[in-house]
Amino acid sequence: MPSRSPLPTLTLALRSLWNRRTTTLLTVSAIAVSVALLLGVQMLRAAAREGFLNTLSGVDLIVGARTGPINLLLYSVFRVGDATSEVSWKSYQLIAHHRDVAWTIPLSLGDSLRGFPVLGTDLDYFRHYRFADDQSLRFRAGEPFRDLYDAVLGADVAQTLHYRIGDSIILSHGLGEVSFVQHKDKPFRVVGILARTGTPVDRTVHVSLQAISAMHIDWRNGYEAPPGERVSAERARHMDLTPDGVTAFLVHMRSPVMTFTMQRAINSYGQEPLLAILPGVALTQLWSLVGIANTALSVVAAFVVVAGLLGMLTAILTSLNERRREMAILRSVGAGPRHIFGLMIFEAGLLSAAGVLAGAGLTYALLLATRPILHNRFGIFIELHALSGLELAILGAVVLTALLMGLVPASRAYRHTLSDGLQLRV
Amino acid sequence: MDDAAISISDLQFAWPRQPPLLAIDALEVGRGERLFLQGASGSGKSTLLALIGGVLRAQHGSIRVLGTDLAELSASARDRFRGDHVGFIFQMFNLIPYLTVRANVLLPLRFARVRRDRIGRSGEGFADREALRLLAAVGLTGPDLLNRSVLELSVGQQQRVAAARALIGRPELVIADEPTSALDADARADFLSLLMNECRQFGTTLLFVSHEAGLGSKFDRALTMADFNRRTGAATAA
Repeated sequence: MPSRSPLPTLTLALRSLWNRRTTTLLTVSAIAVSVALLLGVQMLRAAAREGFLNTLSGVDLIVGARTGPINLLLYSVFRVGDATSEVSWKSYQLIAHHRDVAWTIPLSLGDSLRGFPVLGTDLDYFRHYRFADDQSLRFRAGEPFRDLYDAVLGADVAQTLHYRIGDSIILSHGLGEVSFVQHKDKPFRVVGILARTGTPVDRTVHVSLQAISAMHIDWRNGYEAPPGERVSAERARHMDLTPDGVTAFLVHMRSPVMTFTMQRAINSYGQEPLLAILPGVALTQLWSLVGIANTALSVVAAFVVVAGLLGMLTAILTSLNERRREMAILRSVGAGPRHIFGLMIFEAGLLSAAGVLAGAGLTYALLLATRPILHNRFGIFIELHALSGLELAILGAVVLTALLMGLVPASRAYRHTLSDGLQLRV
Repeated sequence: MDDAAISISDLQFAWPRQPPLLAIDALEVGRGERLFLQGASGSGKSTLLALIGGVLRAQHGSIRVLGTDLAELSASARDRFRGDHVGFIFQMFNLIPYLTVRANVLLPLRFARVRRDRIGRSGEGFADREALRLLAAVGLTGPDLLNRSVLELSVGQQQRVAAARALIGRPELVIADEPTSALDADARADFLSLLMNECRQFGTTLLFVSHEAGLGSKFDRALTMADFNRRTGAATAA
């Protein structure tokens, strides 16, 4: 049995690093911070993508007036932009009562509350709307609208505008943040506030379809009626409030296999130019547009890691000169240039491994600390899970890059040991 | 049987792009002999020691150390051979500053299997005991000595640690390159006699290099570089 070496390479490298602990600590910190950035971006990216693709769940088709699929998705789900035209009430009723359709949710847009979109819909919205992993809408306070002039606020709306249950609100005509035309004569009462979803629902003011009709009952061609011809809020209650149409609607089929047949039927509907889209496909298309910025972020993060590793390279290279004596001593006791080479590579490996571990720890610590904020403020829900294969591969790549970079100081130290011999240079 | 510790014949060495520094027809150091070698700086002393240590390779001629022709060994075999059979002491700052006294003394055992095995296979206890014995033999004792940082020691004490490191595991050959130059006269005499004692006791060959001719009388034999190097003075390289 060979006797045990009293001073393994690990100990030697560790003590040498400890001897330069300030530089070591800074180097490891730089790597850790850059790795945390890379890992954090990666995790946020995955969570954001997940959240985005789960904006809408359990909906088989989105139907609107004929336009581009992404445009329809943008205004019906994300409340961005305007619909150019509506779906007539007749067509909506026809599809809503089709025998293969389980339920529909009508969406009527066009008004706003201080910049937040107002959505006219019906109670099926609260019953059937699903997001993320099949989560339904929950009320943080209050209940769905029951009276004609009741409104239910999304979480962001209530928080930003400081509304509580029972508050009275005036809706504006149009979508601008500052609107000059307000539905002053028909104030609404806040009856419910939804829990946060991390989807555009949070930014939406919900009222009934009839409320949308009531607000516009005395409007003609997009203009307010002159003072003498106005219809009061009370009088509107007793009038026919059946809408002329809806902006778009969500469809859930009794069986998913009927989706394509229905989509084809709607898209070739002869009475009115309509468009039915598959939300999953449209969301993926839209994400591929948004995703470019995301990828750019990852590339930037990767460069930051390279910068961190270059810092390590600098630190090791700088230390080489003052360590020539150390190298010569090691040579005198039998270390070959290869030992010295190995020691330097080992050092780079140790520094990067420590940086990567600290970086992963930092990422988890930050995510743990910012999770409530991410969820409440940005609607990004991050599940704290073990590192995924991709994330582990990224960390492995960081260490591998560090080892490759370690070749530079290692080969320089190798050359030093050859040229210095046993001379102890100061 | 080759009973010389060092046997050099027909040796020539030059640093790249410089005139020859060493040209030695013959130099022999017997086993157990304590040889004093004197020479001015630039006379090629250190280069000669590096050649004997197998760190450098001669362009011409042969160097046999303990019967082994270094020219026949590969670079890594020469490194191993040096670790196993040769202990070095340098002028000063001999120690690795961030290691304890123990780690510095035991450092050669990290690379030298032969010296490690000679101390015993029973773990670090033996190595520690041998380290303490050697430190005491070269005149260094103190409470918790092994765990002290070498930076807390005086230059004289550091040289004693370096001597213990050169002697650990009883290498056949100890090469000392100006080990006393940084010491004052009293410490120098003390250090030298303790080192000689230890070498005598175990039959260790000692090659001691210094520019101070006065020390030579204490050795079995004293030579100057000029006695055997035909090129002495030909170059001024370090």
